[in-house]
Amino acid sequence: MTETDATRAGEVTVEVPRHPSANDHESHEVVFDVDGLTVSYGASRALENVSLTIGAKQITAFIGPSGCGKSTFIRCFNRMNDLIPTARVEGSVLYRGEDLYAEDVDPVEVRKLVGMVFQKPNPFPKSIYDNVAFGPRVLGMKDKLDDRVEHALRQAALWDEVKDRLTASALSLSGGQQQRLCIARCLAVEPEVILMDEPASALDPIATSRIEDLMHELKRAYTILVVTHNMQQAARVADRTAFFSVTQGAEGQRTGILVEYDETNKIFTQPSDKRTEDYVTGRFG
Amino acid sequence: MSAVATRLRTHDRGARIRGALFVGLLLLSIAIGFLALGTLLIDVLSKGLNWTGATVDRVLLLESPSADPAIAGARPAILATIYLGILVLLFAVPIGVGTAIYLEEYANKDRWYNRLLEVNIQNLAAVPSIVYGILGLAFLVRGIGLGRVLLSGALILTLLVLPTVIIASREAIRAVPDSIRQAAYALGATRWQVVSRQVLPNAVPGMATGSILALSRGLGETAPLLLVGALTYVSFDPTLLGDFTALPIQIYQWIARPQEEFRIPLAAAGIIVLLMILLTLNAFAIWIRNRYQRTW
Repeated sequence: MTETDATRAGEVTVEVPRHPSANDHESHEVVFDVDGLTVSYGASRALENVSLTIGAKQITAFIGPSGCGKSTFIRCFNRMNDLIPTARVEGSVLYRGEDLYAEDVDPVEVRKLVGMVFQKPNPFPKSIYDNVAFGPRVLGMKDKLDDRVEHALRQAALWDEVKDRLTASALSLSGGQQQRLCIARCLAVEPEVILMDEPASALDPIATSRIEDLMHELKRAYTILVVTHNMQQAARVADRTAFFSVTQGAEGQRTGILVEYDETNKIFTQPSDKRTEDYVTGRFG
Repeated sequence: MSAVATRLRTHDRGARIRGALFVGLLLLSIAIGFLALGTLLIDVLSKGLNWTGATVDRVLLLESPSADPAIAGARPAILATIYLGILVLLFAVPIGVGTAIYLEEYANKDRWYNRLLEVNIQNLAAVPSIVYGILGLAFLVRGIGLGRVLLSGALILTLLVLPTVIIASREAIRAVPDSIRQAAYALGATRWQVVSRQVLPNAVPGMATGSILALSRGLGETAPLLLVGALTYVSFDPTLLGDFTALPIQIYQWIARPQEEFRIPLAAAGIIVLLMILLTLNAFAIWIRNRYQRTW
């Protein structure tokens, strides 16, 4: 607990990356260590027995066909699955050695450390300023709120576009701007990790490329996990990529499994599993 | 005509006629509603406004009921209806909104007691108002000995409109997209913060509209008030714990009188006042809806 706090406090103003050029997994400190993770909704199993580790200040992509559980998986990292009454999570997700699913862990505290950006831009129907300020306000980070908002908007590469109309409704922004606003909103509470669930799938190619540029910027200071349908996107942004697939059970029930997890480069050029190869070459999914 | 030209012309006349007939039926349904309403309004307005005009209206608003139709008024009834409206809003809105928040945001719908609650609320909305009146008589007036007072009437009207307020508030809460809740949760907001800062502000217009419409239905009620002892002759301004009457009851009483003057213009004028109160409420509800309506 205290160790976590210390780590966080030290990162409040981090702009300089701790590992500027390192790309190999081993040299990165481990942020998440997932072991034997199984997620069920009621009687149906969405994801079975997933184990992997995720390094700090990297972009890790989760790819795979529809229904492979990659969205379910990413929601395990900030306990968003807790909001679904029937969801049950087994196994462990260690965040810097602490199990996020331990009995006495408060999901609300988890979500302060692990922010999330959703598939469809979902700004609050409030002003641009109030959107970004919402998180700091509910978390009681009210000192220098204006600076916080500006800083977050700058980090999300949105400041120049909105600085003259901070009181305008967030819904008046374009889709791509709304998504960057959602990223700014997430950054304003100074998380350590950002989860992105298909952050660009509702956007046009230009807005998409801006989001991808932004991800490259952000990984200097944040650990980013991203679910994507778009394999090119994974290839462009991710340091490491996990390929999920679906297995069909005896009674037709579909369960997601982790097939392969490696350097992005390796996943796309010389995958070790036949199923990965079929998927990335477009023969399946 | 060339083959193409023929192809481009209407072939199935029957289908066209059936389509036109359908539109005709729809227009007929609208016409029936409008005719009934229009007849009622014109009838009431002609009878209530014509006769010696302004003096009657002034007397109606300012005077107490009297055996002499020339000086009879509905002041206690009008005041009581307004008091009832305010009290019902004060009681029904907090309880109704609270129930709606619990059912939508907190209740686990897999639990049998929550499902039972839901079904019961739906059914309560369909219970005849006279039944509420009997409940009020047995429980409020006699059971806890509140007596035949304005407060009893307000409480029983509260019970009457409560299911409608709850249902309307639930609809309003449900209309707030889940993506908003998720966004707030993902920022580390607690459930209370999500509900109080995101869900409720966005649901207020819908809840206000629904509550006002429910209220205007309640204010037009006569039966439950009769049972909890609203009197037909009250010659003093109402108080919370005193005898009371209400506008619909006053109108009913005037219509039942043998003298023609009580019916026209007094009852008619009373109806106009009641309609004005209700239409004002409804207009206010529509204004709120248009003013704060949000498209997602």
